[in-house]
Amino acid sequence: MSETATNDTTTAAANANTERPPEQWVKAYGDTLNDGRVQMSFTLPVPLDELSKEGAKQLALSMGLEEPAVVHAEDMGQGFSFFIVYGQCKHRVDLSRLKISKPEFEVLDKDGINALIAKKMKRRMVVVGACIETDAHTVGIDAIMNMKGFNGHKGLESYHEIRAINMGAQVDSEDLVARVIEEKADVILVSQIVTQKNIHLDNLTKLSDLLEAEGLRDKVILVVGGPRISHELAKELGYDAGFGTKSYAEDVASFAIHEWSKRHAA
Amino acid sequence: MSHLQLDQAQIDRARESARRIARQVFEEMSQFTTTTVERATVRLLGVDGVDENQVPLPNRLVSHLQAQGLLQHGAAPVLAAAMQATGQTAQQIAQAVAAGTLTLTKPHDTTAAVAAAEALARSMCERIASQRSYRDEQIKAVGEGPTPWLYLIVATGNIYEDVAQARAAAEQGADIIAVIRSTGQSLLDYVPYGATTEGFGGTYATQENFRLMRAALDEVGAKVKRYIRLTNYCSGLCMPEIAAMGAMERLDMMLNDSMYGIIFRDINMKRTFIDQFFSRMVNAYAGIIINTGEDNYLTTADAFEAAHTVLASQLINEQFAYISGLKPEQMGLGHAFEIHPELENGFLWELAHAQLVRQVFPDAALKYMPPTKHMTGNIFKGQVQDTLFNIVSTVTQQNIHLLGMMTEAIHTPFIQDRFLAIQNAKYVFGTMKDLHSEIEFKSGGLIETRAQTVLAETESILAEIEGMGLPAAISKGTFAEISRTPTGGKGLDGVITKAADYYNPFPQLMLSGDQ
Repeated sequence: MSETATNDTTTAAANANTERPPEQWVKAYGDTLNDGRVQMSFTLPVPLDELSKEGAKQLALSMGLEEPAVVHAEDMGQGFSFFIVYGQCKHRVDLSRLKISKPEFEVLDKDGINALIAKKMKRRMVVVGACIETDAHTVGIDAIMNMKGFNGHKGLESYHEIRAINMGAQVDSEDLVARVIEEKADVILVSQIVTQKNIHLDNLTKLSDLLEAEGLRDKVILVVGGPRISHELAKELGYDAGFGTKSYAEDVASFAIHEWSKRHAA
Repeated sequence: MSHLQLDQAQIDRARESARRIARQVFEEMSQFTTTTVERATVRLLGVDGVDENQVPLPNRLVSHLQAQGLLQHGAAPVLAAAMQATGQTAQQIAQAVAAGTLTLTKPHDTTAAVAAAEALARSMCERIASQRSYRDEQIKAVGEGPTPWLYLIVATGNIYEDVAQARAAAEQGADIIAVIRSTGQSLLDYVPYGATTEGFGGTYATQENFRLMRAALDEVGAKVKRYIRLTNYCSGLCMPEIAAMGAMERLDMMLNDSMYGIIFRDINMKRTFIDQFFSRMVNAYAGIIINTGEDNYLTTADAFEAAHTVLASQLINEQFAYISGLKPEQMGLGHAFEIHPELENGFLWELAHAQLVRQVFPDAALKYMPPTKHMTGNIFKGQVQDTLFNIVSTVTQQNIHLLGMMTEAIHTPFIQDRFLAIQNAKYVFGTMKDLHSEIEFKSGGLIETRAQTVLAETESILAEIEGMGLPAAISKGTFAEISRTPTGGKGLDGVITKAADYYNPFPQLMLSGDQ
């Protein structure tokens, strides 16, 4: 394989560092190991004809798909065409070299969290949550904060050691910060669900800038959640943690009390 | 489909309760007007445009009337008197007020002012009536799609891009195009002006944007031989003004709920109840189908446990709609397919609810909303969830079918997401076309029992709401588990107590029923 040379250097580097784990190369899997089979679908802004079909195939090749097959192509009207393509992706990754950024803390259950807050803080933890700026979709913040919670995981309102204030949708960052000051909040929870042209990034940056300007950034634990949010992205944006899908109230609350304890360890 | 056995007397009792609930609110609210009702009124009398700071002239004019202590008499007679006195148009009066060269005063001859306002209003009513008959003629001439009508959303933020996407959607089979608004708009206490090319999560509702989209849909409708209906959002702080603009520009549907703004946008209750009455009256007169927002309850409350709150709210929405002159076929009462996919027999409960709603509102243009809350990044499962939703819709004969997108949980739809959604719905609607008339519900079976249970719960919750009054019920978090108080929320400062001589020409003209 053409990557051999690269592999050698990697191996040399790995040998120099005895703690490096063994290599673990993977390719996409269809029905045979290392066949690299993947599927994708996309639209081209041109009508469907032999030329656009060939264009779709070339595009797949450029993406690293060998032997691409346009298995389905359809004209969508108004000068757009739709393609479903299968191919063999030539790229591979070494999982042993990857580092995943995730908040490191033990996820406790509700009783455990309540007990820990009582022990460490000796008062209720104040959490203010909101969907900020343009976002009108409260499903995420509600799932974490409201009494009912989501999927059988009760929300923060049901935690007797937490005072949970859910400000709802389309809250201006300024209003959120004012409320944080008023309530002496320990934790800010923001949700960004709907995004168009990455507006959620602007919204989130605005809030962290504002907290910085108010001198509050170090005093509060700043957490963001949403389907497009990863912990890594959250850290990049200056947040303490980010939670994606399949996160529940206990994940967020466990992080919050862990982080609070860490900051107040001294 | 063979009907569910439901107790008609129970339905009647629930409906009677809802009638008294709505009537009580209406009577309490008829002593008030609002700034946006008056702005809608001056718009209907011919005021449009913005000043040098992009502030709409209707806002400038109504603020002026408020500052002069005249608004409680109604904007229409004051404006009409000024037009008579100066020989200028409504627009010229508004411009002069905005420029600071004219101060409006109380009319000397109230009778003449009222007569002049009525004459002006009458000519606007004629214009709206002619738009309404033009729609009827167009539908006759080019035809329309069979129900369930396929309802698709465009939301690029740029009206010209929206037009391109809407044309493509119509060619692919959409019957209804809804232009989602920029997310901040419901909380703006004015309506932006002109064509707009930037928005967040949607495109601003402006009269010019309405006009551009209407023209595009007429054109593509003629091409595909189907009248394409246009929908926008008559909600938020400017419900009456949006209704006025939609009536003038021949929109066909408006999201227009009597309680949505209170619950989901924290708009003041009084403000909303007053505004919804006027906006629905305009919609009724313009032949517009309203869409109510009960589906939203199920995004916060549990769809299985809170099913009766949806039906209760639909019955209340229906009664508010009657007060504003809407006919059953103009009532797009909303509900949704939002039961958790993991719930055993969830499909049966969805079927039970959709059929229950169909039978309680046999003549309404029911609006059925797709799964959103339990959609995930697994687009393949999402396509299956949407397929099940499509099946319930055709089997229970819903009218307005908002297409589910398999990428619901990911982003605002790509062009191919819409394409695949239409393909899915058309396949289901075609292959199951007459299934509804071929199958029947087992008497005393799970589905029928479920529907009966929800109906009984609906009757009981309506009796409870009637006992305490609707504002108190909303304060208690009856709908969507969200609590709002009568003095809380945005827009209360725009509520004005009418003077004894308050006059507005439109209710009398639009509610007279001589359309």
